Amino acid sequence: MSKRFAVLKPLLVFIGILLLWQGLVVGLEVPSFIIPDPVSVFKRMVSDAGLLWEHALVTMAEMLMGLTLGVLFGVLMALTLVYFVSLRPWLLPLLLVTQAIPVFALAPVLMLWFGYGMASKVIMTVLIIFFPVATCCYDGLRQTHQGWLDLAQTMGGGSWAVLRLVRWPSALPALASGLRVAVVVAPIGAVVGEWVGSSAGLGYLMLQANARLWVDLMFAALTVLAICSVGLYYFTDLLLKRLIPWQTSHH
Amino acid sequence: MFDVHLHKVGLAYGDLQVFQQLDLSLKAGQWTCLLGGSGVGKTTLLRMVAGLVDQSDIRVEGRVTCDDGQPLAGRIAWMSQQDSLLPWATVLDNITIGERLRTRKFLRRSRLSSEALDRAHHMLELVGLDEKARVLPQNLSGGQRQRVALARTLFEDRPVVLMDEPFGALDAITRLNLQDMACDLLAGKTVMLITHDPLEALRLGHAVYHLRGHPAQLTDAITPPGKIPRSLDNAELMTLQGVLLDRLRHEESVA
Repeated sequence: MSKRFAVLKPLLVFIGILLLWQGLVVGLEVPSFIIPDPVSVFKRMVSDAGLLWEHALVTMAEMLMGLTLGVLFGVLMALTLVYFVSLRPWLLPLLLVTQAIPVFALAPVLMLWFGYGMASKVIMTVLIIFFPVATCCYDGLRQTHQGWLDLAQTMGGGSWAVLRLVRWPSALPALASGLRVAVVVAPIGAVVGEWVGSSAGLGYLMLQANARLWVDLMFAALTVLAICSVGLYYFTDLLLKRLIPWQTSHH
Repeated sequence: MFDVHLHKVGLAYGDLQVFQQLDLSLKAGQWTCLLGGSGVGKTTLLRMVAGLVDQSDIRVEGRVTCDDGQPLAGRIAWMSQQDSLLPWATVLDNITIGERLRTRKFLRRSRLSSEALDRAHHMLELVGLDEKARVLPQNLSGGQRQRVALARTLFEDRPVVLMDEPFGALDAITRLNLQDMACDLLAGKTVMLITHDPLEALRLGHAVYHLRGHPAQLTDAITPPGKIPRSLDNAELMTLQGVLLDRLRHEESVA
């Protein structure tokens, strides 16, 4: 009963906001080129479903590719940091730099280097995702419970076996938090890339619609983007909970 | 079977000498119990015997030898206060973790031999948890978890068992039951047990030492009478417990 209610609550909030939005727009007679009312946005979503779908696929593809590569590089970075101690002073600043330079500032350069296609957006997404994944995974690997390491050492485990059977699984809950953050910020990379220069994707569509004062289409694209992001988050969260069912407490 | 000897061992963290010039013998097939207050360095001593002290800021002196001339490394099983069960692994996987850690296969999921599996099930039967083989540790009680840890220690089948307050986190009744079980199942092994509980040391130890002072020194061995695990209705045991408790309490108030 309470579980069903937990799903219901955000839905109620969502419906409440829509009603308020509709009420304000109609009540205050806001011109539709400033804020369109939800009903006309919804109509636009239906009438232009094909167009939105086409561009959403592009953005989703960029996000997913960026996520895959970003997670891969992040995990590799974390493993390198943990196992090659002498490389740490060189790599840690590099890791920080990837975060210190705003991806917005890098975007034009990346366009120049990698063109207006998907590659530049994927790279931008990777740059954004890389940091949370690498730091969380690094922390997870470093904070392996000492008791487990003691045990593994007295049992005569080799370092590869200890990584595979003890350190890696023990880092998974931390890595999962990194992944949850990564999934949330992934759309930023993709959409910023599309804004700076592209010929497809939801960011591109929003820019075009905005320029033509098709504000309802812009809001429709925004809504689709939000649905994609939230969907991706809940899917990831569900998957992680399924894959990492144990409690993380170190009693 | 072989005795284990500690010759003039000492250990220091930077300037802090935890203990020095300690001599101690672990008699083959017997329980040696080390009693001491918190922070006196008993866990450090045990870790040193286990070969778990390798930080660069720690200075180690003395030698640990076995009287059969072989090194001790590779012949110990380690059991700590926290059961150290891997929370993502089933009870069965936890018991057999040593076997899997020692296989040198690179990527393939290391399969256990049926002989090893049979042995693991047998160990589980010995600690009375055979029906929990497929359960995750989070679904077990504290006592059950420590029994799994005991089964894991048995599965390793090493001649020397080093235990660091293995029953410390348990309630009194569970603790007594587990002491009996450990005594029964570890018969024939050379055991070194660290504890702050005088009763535990007196029930289980063939020889009981008290580690005290800074740097820590060992007192002469107390050898309580009778076979282990000693029963609680033994008057001499209770008197000794009183004496030791008084000594420990006095130490704490001085420190």
